Amino acid sequence: MPLVKSVSTLGSYVLLMKKVFSVPERWSVFFQQFIREVCKLILDSIWIVVIISIFIGAVITIQTQLNMSTPLLPRYTVGLATRDVLLLEFSSAIMCLILSGKVGSNIASEIGTMRVTEQIDALEIMGVNSACFLILPKIAALVIFIPILVILSMFTGILGGYLVALTTNVISVSTYIYGIQTAFIEYYVFYSLQKSLVFAFIIASISSFYGYSISGGAIEVGKASTNAVVISSIFILLFDVILTKILLQ
Amino acid sequence: MIEVRNVIKSFEGRTVLHDISCVFEKGKNNLIIGQSGSGKTVLMKCLIGLIQPDSGEILYDGRDLLKLKTPDLKMLREEIGMLFQGSALFDSMTVMENVMFPLTMFSNLITIEREKRAQFCLERVNLHGAEDRFPSEISGGMQKRVAIARAIALNPRYLFCDEPNSGLDPQTSILIDELINDITKEYNITTIVNTHDMNSVLGIGDNIIFLNKGQKEWVGNKDQILTSSNEALNNFVFASPLFKSVKKAAVSEEFAKEFPNG
Ligand SMILES: Nc1ncnc2c1ncn2[C@@H]1O[C@H](COP(=O)(O)OP(=O)(O)O)[C@@H](O)[C@H]1O
Ligand SMILES: [Mg+2]
Repeated sequence: MPLVKSVSTLGSYVLLMKKVFSVPERWSVFFQQFIREVCKLILDSIWIVVIISIFIGAVITIQTQLNMSTPLLPRYTVGLATRDVLLLEFSSAIMCLILSGKVGSNIASEIGTMRVTEQIDALEIMGVNSACFLILPKIAALVIFIPILVILSMFTGILGGYLVALTTNVISVSTYIYGIQTAFIEYYVFYSLQKSLVFAFIIASISSFYGYSISGGAIEVGKASTNAVVISSIFILLFDVILTKILLQ
Repeated sequence: MIEVRNVIKSFEGRTVLHDISCVFEKGKNNLIIGQSGSGKTVLMKCLIGLIQPDSGEILYDGRDLLKLKTPDLKMLREEIGMLFQGSALFDSMTVMENVMFPLTMFSNLITIEREKRAQFCLERVNLHGAEDRFPSEISGGMQKRVAIARAIALNPRYLFCDEPNSGLDPQTSILIDELINDITKEYNITTIVNTHDMNSVLGIGDNIIFLNKGQKEWVGNKDQILTSSNEALNNFVFASPLFKSVKKAAVSEEFAKEFPNG
């Protein structure tokens, strides 16, 4: 039975997405909603991206240094490793996992509350395509701006490592700087950005789906927002594996 | 005028609406009454197309809702105003933006004209000075009024109200009822109101349909409802002690008239 249920859930998800991807009734209203979502979902997430990236960048630098204290490896490997961990995995996949917790639960509970309080019915009655009206601006906001957050995370992560070099004797600043410039592969950045596009779509669409398909009362809103985070995290990790296989090999 | 023919609806094998047929007339307050769980909301949601009935026809001045193609359905939707049980105001928008919303989406008015129209609707429901507040910052009665203003913004031909006075104090209830009545008569629209409030029934019930466990049990108006001999209807109408005592008084009065000498 779980299989039947998953298939029917997937079916409703696809149907909802079909409804979402239609031409907005009013572009001016769409644009207004889009700006609102960018402010609420993206601008509000900048601080968490910055703080987490700085700390993780710092921790990676310290740990790499500890694990590489063999004379066989050049000292600048620490900077190189920090940079590549951030570029390849942390700033895209792990950052999006964190954002799915913050942004995903926000989306699911907002749309879920609108469902429970009949605001979605009110839109439908007026003849508004509620799925397109509510969900499309969120998907657009995340797909366009999460890659920018990812770039921000790369820079601030590397800055975290730099702060370690600057304030402690783990590694010297010049070695760190040399390390982060050595053997730089541009493609890693594009690979990360491509992944983050997919992750952004996963977060926005899955969270919206769980909020939109609530039936029942306020308790369901909590459940939906938990489901949104859990399921979008699983899919982010799944697509992380798939995309890495496709894009890096 | 809205005509309902043989509408049946069941959920997971449990029939909630048993073969309902009725007529809702233009320029009148058409009330659907009945206990909680009798199927009023389901019937209303079928009428406006939020729920698909299993079978039956719903005719809006001859147009069958269930057979309309998407563009025609969209056009019909613009002729429908609805007041939801919980008001269903958009809580991310101010009062003014809420009332302007249908105008923004569906009219070709410029901003100033839209504002003027929204202001007119807000004045029509006697709401002043709350334009810039958010729905969470105003009282339940005010929310209902804003919802009415939003529902009439596009000059609807059909107005639906689901339990318009649930959660309101008796005085505010009466004000909302009067407002619905005035709007119906003034613009000559087809109004359908779900309620279980006897004050509303006796106040504005031009045409009353009594639902009992998903069956249409009785049809009449507010003058006939107190003297009906339908048992289920009497149980519903005279459930409260107040109405019981009214009935007793009426009966003893009649008794006194018939037998003046005791
Ligand atoms: N979506 C639904 N799924 C299953 N049962 C429902 C649904 N909506 C309403 N019902 C059932 O239909 C019956 C009538 O409900 P409703 O129309 O809301 O009553 P009311 O007259 O209080 O408005 C209730 O027993 C309710 O449980
Ligand atoms: Mg109801």
